[in-house]
Amino acid sequence: MADVLLLQAVRKSYGGGASPRVEVLHGIDMALEEGSFAALIGPSGSGKSTLLNIIGLLEPPTAGELHLAGKLASGLDDAARTTLRNRYLGFIFQFHHLLPAFSAEENVLMPMLAGVGRISRADRERARMLLQRVGLAEHAHKRPLQLSGGQQQRVAIVRALMNRPRLVLADEPTGNLDTQTAAEVFALLHELNREEGTTFLIVTHDPRLAATCPRQLKLLDGRLL
Amino acid sequence: MNFVWTVAWRLLREGRFQSALILGGVCIGVAVVVYITAIVNGLQATIVERTLSSQAHVVLRPADRLNQPVMPAAKGAIALADVRKRTQRENTIANWARLLQLVKATPTVTGAAAMASGPGVAQQGGVRKSVTLMGVNLADYRQVVRLDNKLVSGQLQLGSGQVLIGKELAADLGLTPGSRLRLQSASGAQDSVQVSAVLDFGIKDLNRRWVLLPLRSAQNLLGYRLDITEIYVRTSRLYEAETLAANLSAATGLTADSWQSSNGQLVTALKSQRASSLMIRVFVTFAVALSIASVLVVSVVQRQREIGILRAMGTPAARILGVFLLQGGIVGLLGSLLGSLLGAGMAVGFSRIAHTEDGSPLFPVALDSELFVSTALIAFAVGVLAALLPALRAARLDPVEAIRG
Ligand SMILES: Nc1ncnc2c1ncn2[C@@H]1O[C@H](COP(=O)(O)OP(=O)(O)OP(=O)(O)O)[C@@H](O)[C@H]1O
Ligand SMILES: [Mg+2]
Repeated sequence: MADVLLLQAVRKSYGGGASPRVEVLHGIDMALEEGSFAALIGPSGSGKSTLLNIIGLLEPPTAGELHLAGKLASGLDDAARTTLRNRYLGFIFQFHHLLPAFSAEENVLMPMLAGVGRISRADRERARMLLQRVGLAEHAHKRPLQLSGGQQQRVAIVRALMNRPRLVLADEPTGNLDTQTAAEVFALLHELNREEGTTFLIVTHDPRLAATCPRQLKLLDGRLL
Repeated sequence: MNFVWTVAWRLLREGRFQSALILGGVCIGVAVVVYITAIVNGLQATIVERTLSSQAHVVLRPADRLNQPVMPAAKGAIALADVRKRTQRENTIANWARLLQLVKATPTVTGAAAMASGPGVAQQGGVRKSVTLMGVNLADYRQVVRLDNKLVSGQLQLGSGQVLIGKELAADLGLTPGSRLRLQSASGAQDSVQVSAVLDFGIKDLNRRWVLLPLRSAQNLLGYRLDITEIYVRTSRLYEAETLAANLSAATGLTADSWQSSNGQLVTALKSQRASSLMIRVFVTFAVALSIASVLVVSVVQRQREIGILRAMGTPAARILGVFLLQGGIVGLLGSLLGSLLGAGMAVGFSRIAHTEDGSPLFPVALDSELFVSTALIAFAVGVLAALLPALRAARLDPVEAIRG
């Protein structure tokens, strides 16, 4: 199968000028196959979040090339990166980051509303279907603060899937959940990966959860092992 | 469901306390502006109307007669002469019918009247009062100066041998409609006339002096033959009277004085009053803009994470900009609606409290729809402009930093 993501000699350094220059990523080469499910593991400070942000087109690499869905995605301006993010990528964060002013359903719809500017009936139906899929049909109109931590994270997960992204990036999605809930959420991610055929790249600190993933990428001091 | 609208509105609703603060600020600011504008406009309109109620907007008079040198000085020579201004006695307008037609046909002129005026004495029962004899064609004159609202008693008619007099003169000489009196001019000519109506010109001095009589009678008494002394003009464009005066002067060859030049002090007073009310409005507008901007800046800082997540999921920076600009606009518009109500309420309340001795309001406050519409538009624009800085800040937010924070 084709690669949905391809990184070639990607480097990232911070600082320069007055502050000392620190290289965080020292030449990353990697590829993710369409529909795969990979865990990104490594000790704290090894550069996992930095790598995820670069793949997520949230910050540009200092050097190297990045291809997303067969298109060159490095060296683009903010507007072009924004469009690609909206169309091809989904994000799940450790702290769910739902918008408190909007209901669960509206939060799920937000990527569509943000990218297209308005939403259609079909979009609403998809949002409802997704919420039902994760067992939150009757909570669709509740605000995030009226939901439990696990429920909130499930809303955040289907929000990431709303625009039918090619690749979902998750930075410690179970980091602030208890073991039981974390295992359930991980199982859900596996199921959605099979059902929607979406590629997942998940940063996790939990070796047991990582062990459930068919592929594991190990990052150490800015290098993939 | 439109992104910019939905998100702007939700954020405003969600931050209830901030939104209430900012709305309160805009509301008070707008109320002050509406109140001051209504009071000042009402006051000025009333003053101008009262001042002009017995005046023509433009008065045409004969041009000054100038001394013409009998022998012009030779080239290069200097003429030494002791020149005195000529007396303007018997300086009248002859052949005025053509000029009157010309003036009446001028655009924006709504009325014009010939006037033959001069000093005279009114006597009755041994009492003599010096008066101004004003000979007019009543129909023409009423096109220039409204009389129906000045009628105290009698009937507004000016047949031959009839006069209209002010109420002070009527009291001084003990006259009522139907009474007779004797008029005498400076040259000694006399006439016996009958009072047809007593008027109140609004100013005591005019009530004591003005005697309106038919044009022919005045010309006879004053010895002007068929000449007149002035042409009174009324215009539909009150505040362009100066231009009209210049045009009429050029067209007729007469001197023309606008009401502004005859009421110089009043015009200066009105202008400086308008300038200071404008100053107040400008400063209040700045204060409102600053309060909108400062509350929105705080709101942007508080919502950094949410803005970051919206940017991460692919919201164009322009849409984030739009969200905060619209918040400014909404706050400006809503605040101006509330503020207009409050300001109008205050102005009406003021006019209820401020009375003249006879119980009528001191002056009507000027609350027209134009004031509200322009206030709402300005408030919307000021809201959007004030939101520009916070909105740019929101749009330029780095999503990585916002999410990590
Ligand atoms: N904006 C930045 N400026 C300077 N240094 C940075 C910046 N962002 C990250 N770093 C550095 O890069 C290194 C990697 O950070 P990163 O957040 O990617 O680690 P991580 O693997 O995600 O760690 P954790 O497991 O604790 O989340 C760290 O040493 C960090 O201090
Ligand atoms: Mg990290």
